[in-house]
Amino acid sequence: MSWQRLASIVRKEVAQLLRDRRTLGSMISLPVIQLVLFGYLSSQVLHQPTVVWDQSSSAESRALIQAFENTRYFAVRYAARTLREVERRLDAGQARVGLVIPPDYARRVRAGTPAQVMVVVDASDATGAQVLMAVAGGVGASLSQDLAVRALARRGQRAPPPPVEVRTRAWYNPNLESRVFIVPGVLGLIMMFTTTFMTMGTIVRERELGTLEQIVVTPLRPAELMLGKILPLVALGYLNLTFILVLAWLWFDVAVRGSLVLLYAVTLAFFFSSLGVGVLISTVSRTFNQATQLAQLVLLPSILLSGFLFPRESLPPPLQGIGYGVPLTYFITVLRGIIVKGVGIADLWPQILALVGLGSLVFTLAIVRFQKRID
Amino acid sequence: MAVAVRAEGLTRRFGAFVAVDHVSFEIAPGEVWGFLGPNGAGKSTTIRMLCGVLAPSAGRAEVLGYDARRHPEAVKARIGYMSQRFALWSDLTVRENLAFYAGVYGLRGREARERIAAWLERLGLLDRQDALAGTLSGGYRQRLALAAAVLHRPPVVFLDEPTAGMDPLSRRQFWELIRGFAEDGTTVMVTTHYMDEAEHCDRLAFIDQGRIIAQGSPAEIKARQMVGHVLEVRVEPLIEALAVVEEHPAVREAALYGAAIHATVDQPEAGPALAAALAARGFAVEGVEPVLPSLEDVFVALVEAREREAAA
Repeated sequence: MSWQRLASIVRKEVAQLLRDRRTLGSMISLPVIQLVLFGYLSSQVLHQPTVVWDQSSSAESRALIQAFENTRYFAVRYAARTLREVERRLDAGQARVGLVIPPDYARRVRAGTPAQVMVVVDASDATGAQVLMAVAGGVGASLSQDLAVRALARRGQRAPPPPVEVRTRAWYNPNLESRVFIVPGVLGLIMMFTTTFMTMGTIVRERELGTLEQIVVTPLRPAELMLGKILPLVALGYLNLTFILVLAWLWFDVAVRGSLVLLYAVTLAFFFSSLGVGVLISTVSRTFNQATQLAQLVLLPSILLSGFLFPRESLPPPLQGIGYGVPLTYFITVLRGIIVKGVGIADLWPQILALVGLGSLVFTLAIVRFQKRID
Repeated sequence: MAVAVRAEGLTRRFGAFVAVDHVSFEIAPGEVWGFLGPNGAGKSTTIRMLCGVLAPSAGRAEVLGYDARRHPEAVKARIGYMSQRFALWSDLTVRENLAFYAGVYGLRGREARERIAAWLERLGLLDRQDALAGTLSGGYRQRLALAAAVLHRPPVVFLDEPTAGMDPLSRRQFWELIRGFAEDGTTVMVTTHYMDEAEHCDRLAFIDQGRIIAQGSPAEIKARQMVGHVLEVRVEPLIEALAVVEEHPAVREAALYGAAIHATVDQPEAGPALAAALAARGFAVEGVEPVLPSLEDVFVALVEAREREAAA
């Protein structure tokens, strides 16, 4: 290993990177687009357009509608006068929830006899629908309890304490904001994509241009070439990481609760695996297009298996098993741990260890393959 | 050491295809040695084996006494190589390209700066040193690539089709640079498929389908290999006349040569008969004269002789 030769290739790579405005631009625009896309779209379950057919038109029915609106999940947009109209709004996608209050609602509530209201939810998006149905059920339960307490109070009695009371607390993310879950995932995803694609770009481009043919005839060793190409990308990856963290903090109000030093150190381990994957793909690709297709084959499953979008626990066991071989799985867990929960090495060491192990394995493989392909 | 580059029974197979078939030659120090042949004849493959980047299937490749297969690093440090494809980065400046190669070959500080400056001046690129290499014209690019390959003053230089796609003036300037190294004592092995460039070489070899079919100095090859005489036939229309010339009983082979036809004949006296035959078929014959065979004539004759043997 000659430091002078390594420095030559690093200088060359840096000069080329700085001149490549399109790539630098995409390193800024990609995180912004992804954060906006995932950060905002997934919180859509709030303020769902709701159509109401209030046949009771009473103080009681208005209190019921108000209770629904107070949850912030439902926003009453339409008042219907027939069931057909409720259906039409739902069919057209103008409303996602239909609330039907029967004519005898107020009379039954006053008399203390059971009253039924109907809530129809467009369940095309099952996850969102489940949330809405649970919230609607909750509204009914709390309203019932409220009415029961008041009825007893009118008769001068005190309500007995409920036999079982379940108190829930949302830890780490008390307001249940999806962006707290999404930001670390998007961060991991962008880190993986940019480093893998940049590595492929810088290696495969040399092959496409024919400059690799020239480089192999110089005294430059394959290890020097590979390291010289990767070091600037690690620096660029860290710049990108810093940019996303600042963006998440200023725009999305997601600040890092745990140790920044640990976060940056663990990211290095992840870089080894994602850069290694990039090198491995480059050794089997003749053109950048081929490399891109292969990368999609490798990267898309890791997105699905890593728990970026849906909880890994919801996957069938064999797929969960494969997920253990995907570095992104551990990286996202560690990122969520450090950023959202503020925990450290004491809790995250198994994932960190797995990440370092996978990183070393992939990188060693990459060095071996690269030596063979270049010679 | 009397030999700078030596190939001994050098062979390379890719599967069933034999790209280089038992090629042997020796290049003396300070010689400009040409390797001529059509595209795909095995020239680049031979050079890649000599540079130590491709393992031979059989035989030996030796540069400055080092076996290219066993000591590729020793060979790579002592040679300059220019590939037939554009070997520079078009998104780096002229100076950055040269600085990269200076660093890779271990040139440092002032020495590196001085050599780069000297080459920039020699190439007439001093005022364009901060321009991106991609903005240079083809001829400048090739010369810059040559400068990058020889910046570290290697004793042996391999140039693979350095003049491919160049205009005649650029090619002439390029060959002046090559002759310049040779006078400084550098050994140059250069491949080309331009037959006229062969005359610039001290010695050369013809390769066809992986085999060397002739080697020696240009004069030796012409004297030794050329059986028969060459008639230059200037006639209109050229293409149609070629078929008639080929069929004439006195003509062994015929090929287009610039704006004329070169016909190989056994007896130079066949000229008038050939002219008469063409005139009888209605062609406008401007002249049929014996000329000294060029290396291209020799090559065409050799290849066609081989093809006849293969067919027989």
